[in-house]
Amino acid sequence: MSFEWTKKITLFASLVLASGLPGSVAEAAGSTTLLNVSYDPTRELYQSENAAFTQYWQKKTGQTVKIDQSHGGSGKQARAVIDGLEADVVTLALAYDIDAISDSKLLPANWQQRLANNSTPYTSTIVFVVRKGNPKQIKNWDDLVKPGVSVITPNPKTSGGARWNYLAAWGYKQKQTGSAAQAKNFIKALYKNVPVLDTGARGSTLTFAQRGLGDVLLAWENEAHLILKEFGTDQFEIIAPPVSILAEPPVAIVDKNVDKHGTRKLAEAYLNFLYTPEAQEIIAKNSYRPRNPAALKKYAANFPKIKLFTLGEVFGNWRSAQKTHFNDGGVFDQIYTP
Amino acid sequence: MAFFQRKRRNILPGFGLSMGYTVFYLSAIVIVPLSMVFINTIPMGWEPFFSAVTTPRVLASYRVSFSTALFAAVFDAVAGLLTAWVLVRYRFPGKQFLDALVDLPFALPTAVAGICFATLYSPVGWLGKSLTSWGLTIINTPTGIIIALIFIGFPFVVRTIQPVLEELEPEIEEAAHCLGATRLQTFSKILLPHLFPALLTGATLAFARGIGEYGSVIFIAGNLPMKTEIAPLMIMSKLDQFDYNGASAVALVLLLISFSMLLLLNAVQEWQQKEYR
Repeated sequence: MSFEWTKKITLFASLVLASGLPGSVAEAAGSTTLLNVSYDPTRELYQSENAAFTQYWQKKTGQTVKIDQSHGGSGKQARAVIDGLEADVVTLALAYDIDAISDSKLLPANWQQRLANNSTPYTSTIVFVVRKGNPKQIKNWDDLVKPGVSVITPNPKTSGGARWNYLAAWGYKQKQTGSAAQAKNFIKALYKNVPVLDTGARGSTLTFAQRGLGDVLLAWENEAHLILKEFGTDQFEIIAPPVSILAEPPVAIVDKNVDKHGTRKLAEAYLNFLYTPEAQEIIAKNSYRPRNPAALKKYAANFPKIKLFTLGEVFGNWRSAQKTHFNDGGVFDQIYTP
Repeated sequence: MAFFQRKRRNILPGFGLSMGYTVFYLSAIVIVPLSMVFINTIPMGWEPFFSAVTTPRVLASYRVSFSTALFAAVFDAVAGLLTAWVLVRYRFPGKQFLDALVDLPFALPTAVAGICFATLYSPVGWLGKSLTSWGLTIINTPTGIIIALIFIGFPFVVRTIQPVLEELEPEIEEAAHCLGATRLQTFSKILLPHLFPALLTGATLAFARGIGEYGSVIFIAGNLPMKTEIAPLMIMSKLDQFDYNGASAVALVLLLISFSMLLLLNAVQEWQQKEYR
């Protein structure tokens, strides 16, 4: 099992390297081919979604379509698109990365208003993964800053998932105390307990699950379920904190590219398909929280009740969150400089 | 006329053509791509450039990168010399196999090496388990970075020393011995001066490679700001913030330092060769 995992990671690493080079990913873009450039953990999700959409489209129009997927760190994928990777649609971990693409005029600035629910067909949140039996009794965010607790989370500078982790912790404290200064102290104490900052979410998963480092892993809810599936429920368990952030990974059409390829109609149909009951059920099966109430109800057992706050409530929007917290000289830099 | 005659003095024909080719080749392969680093930093202006490359975290990352690369290069120089010696001077079964092993770090994707090290030295890994019980941590410390860099740089030293050592006949050592030199004297007075330029080249190549190495290091370094963050990671994280200029600025600093070191090395070698004659 663990060998399989290593192999997967190796493959993934080489894919990331390959996707970093503009033009290395096949530029096949006929009118019946779509390229979906996505972030790391959605590989399995979009494999199922693409198969379902291909069938749906065949039935509807008689046309056979092919959807290519590209996966990697969200920021890196956004950069690849900016640097010329001709994605028809982007499905990334956070809105800021698509904002960056819109800054280079590949899609309009109001892209997030074009589809329902902030252009996010599904949501997710940040949960804790602990070792079986929860030996350090980690139940809430405050337990993460206790002395002797070692927390695994990736580097927010290089990982989209890590930024959600950070914002979830900050938001928890700020909502609890009403004070940004206390939230900052909390974050500082939290990162004191972090012994390693991997560059991506999968890297942290490996560090925690395979290399045995840390007492708790902060992870996407879907990634947490994947860990249990890959490594066995006898080794790890998921702890849902009472409060966490509502993570909204958005999707968008890249206008410049679909117009060039003549794929606008197909791309629009593809993204709209993600909101259909059929697609929503696939989303739920992959441990992402569906927008569709019926699907959510059906799989409610997989999604523990967590009080979710939105990014807007605490941080305004992604651009300002990025600027205050993660850019050079931002809060994340400050907590590490004496 | 004079120009024509000067040209004729070349023993090998086709100087113009081959020189033209060399310049073209170097431009296309090296100079043009690297000049992008300069061009990207130009719109920054001096002030932002300077502040981008001198923030405490970036400065700390240079320190980490250069010190670990230096340690690794020194280690490689000693171990590589020994390995090259064994491979050239002795005959034993399995020698070809060992010889091929030396090149493996060249061929292996560096990320694979990084994952192997991280798994090996993790608290539940083969080596890490016993090391942890002795209170030693390799993973997520500068020592981990050094280990990865030793692996990456090793073949550079062996492969630069090997041919020089092969040319050095064993008779020279025998002669020295007959003339009453001790083993230590033979090594330090006869062999080392011969080998030194190659050793220096190999070590510098390993050093330069170590500064730029990314793939293998990030898996074992821990990437903690101010402690184990390497300079190439600073470039990557600036890129992930869509800060192309800042990334180019740090890249430029690394490039300048590496290039001046290579120049210095060439100068030292020239001086060394003159001295030896």
